[in-house]
Amino acid sequence: MALSELGSSSKATSADNTGAEVVSSLSVKEMKAVAKRLRRHIITMTGRAGSGHPGGSLSAVEIVTALYFKVLRHKPQDPRWGDRDRFILSKGHAAPVLYAALAECGYFPVDELATLRQLDSRLQGHTDRVATPGVEMSAGALGQGLSFAIGVALAGRLNSQDYRVYVLLGDGECDEGQIWEAAMAAAHFKLDNLVAIVDNNGQQIDGWNRDVMNLDPFNKKWQAFGWHVIEVDGHDLARLITAFDRAKLVKGKPTVIIAHTIKGKGVSFMENNPDFHGKAPDAEEVEIALKELE
Amino acid sequence: MPEVVSLREAYGKTLVELGRENPDIVVLDADLSPSTMTHFFAREFPDRFFDCGVAEQNMVTIAAGLAASGKIPFASTFAVFVPGRSFDQIRMSIAYSRLNVKLVVTHGGISVGEDGASHHSVEDLALIGSLPGFTVIVPADAIETAQAVRVAAASNGPFYIRLCRPKLPLVYNQDYRFELGKAVTMRQGKDATIIAIGVMLSAALEAADNLRRQGIDCRVLNMPTLKPVDEAAIVKAADDTGAIVTAEDHLEHGGLGSIISQVVARRHPVPMEFVAVKDTYAKSGKATELLQRYGLTAKDIEQAVREVIKRKRG
Repeated sequence: MALSELGSSSKATSADNTGAEVVSSLSVKEMKAVAKRLRRHIITMTGRAGSGHPGGSLSAVEIVTALYFKVLRHKPQDPRWGDRDRFILSKGHAAPVLYAALAECGYFPVDELATLRQLDSRLQGHTDRVATPGVEMSAGALGQGLSFAIGVALAGRLNSQDYRVYVLLGDGECDEGQIWEAAMAAAHFKLDNLVAIVDNNGQQIDGWNRDVMNLDPFNKKWQAFGWHVIEVDGHDLARLITAFDRAKLVKGKPTVIIAHTIKGKGVSFMENNPDFHGKAPDAEEVEIALKELE
Repeated sequence: MPEVVSLREAYGKTLVELGRENPDIVVLDADLSPSTMTHFFAREFPDRFFDCGVAEQNMVTIAAGLAASGKIPFASTFAVFVPGRSFDQIRMSIAYSRLNVKLVVTHGGISVGEDGASHHSVEDLALIGSLPGFTVIVPADAIETAQAVRVAAASNGPFYIRLCRPKLPLVYNQDYRFELGKAVTMRQGKDATIIAIGVMLSAALEAADNLRRQGIDCRVLNMPTLKPVDEAAIVKAADDTGAIVTAEDHLEHGGLGSIISQVVARRHPVPMEFVAVKDTYAKSGKATELLQRYGLTAKDIEQAVREVIKRKRG
């Protein structure tokens, strides 16, 4: 079901008539239903593909739902609309959650999700901006999205455009030095049109962040780099939306929303289980997971 | 003697002209703007110049984000750092992403001189040339530099332009028009062809003049565009002269010599010799001393031509 069929109102806001801007009026309850559908898509498409990254996709479901179904100004029928808000998925292995959201918004048919990772599919294993409508950045080598987002935010400022730039990082991804190069630069350039969200599920491939490479004190690191920091329950849609609203009020510096999440959220045997970082569920696991997500 | 002019300065001044002509031109540097000469642009267009500090990975990815938003970013630093320090970022954010980023780097090759091997970029053409979709240009003088930078600005897609540190003698006059993907015939000849780029073009011309006095008639091609390379000119050189010598300030592996030899092997096999840095790192010293020590002089080219001619058929 596309967003337009979901009780949302839409209106055109510019002379551009190639697509309507989506202005969502979904209730939190309706958004919860969307989130559940995204979770089902993630399980089904990775299960069918036989590979992929369900854990870090499931942890980001509410973040992505809040953005695509409430926060972002966008036109699914005109993916390159110049004034759209940008969502940049830096943790490119979470492609399934992005594809699920894009399909539910109407960027491409929901049926196409079944082609994930197949030869000649537009849905590559990791995001490809050239292949997939609505994908802003080709990612998969971690650590680059925040820098890319800086470029997009600088361009918006140079053009006096008021779009906002949202970039989703993994917490394990923050091991990459380039994240901190970019953190320094975004504050230096005073990019208050830029919001980073960290999917802080606490785990990476080799285990818990604190055992693999300790990030603490995570909040203080961002503060020390000159960012406004908001911490939030990353599975609470209402609080996420409030956090995005508050970020709009922050001037002269970028905002990071540290979203506390659970890897594999919503599927009992995947929750907090790093084995499902990069492993797809088998047929039996798909069945159990979908039953849990009814 | 022809006038000796800085390629870097030609780049910096051309950027300013482009900046005046097109408000979408933006420039990034990584704390080397007086050396890359992007500081001319920074002075005139401070709002469109982004100094990223000593963070090359960040710089090239920011450039990609700007390009994805319709800007035409020129990002500059030394060739050891772009692509060396930032290869994965260039691969993912620019090449695979097919974004319109112009990487114009300076201080290519051992002609950097005294800074030593840490600053001698001898692998960059192999690295950048391996990336699908990149256009790779090595200008041979200031006039060609200015022209190539203009062509890059006017073309869509990722470009890599490699400049050297030393000033070079002008080999072209102001009427020269750089053509993307085209070799330039500098001397006609029938006994062998010397294909040269960058700092080595003047040496190639000197070698050809010396050889002519010894009765050896060399064609000299400048091959400013390494990728996409002018296959027709290479095949014609192989066919007409039966022997080819390449000359570059780069490792023998992966640069001009490798590119030309693939075309020759596939389309018109003839004996080849390669004047390049062998499988080693150089050291500190004056540029001229290093070019001599590591076999990158007119004399070395002459020797290579005599060797390759011995191996010609019939």
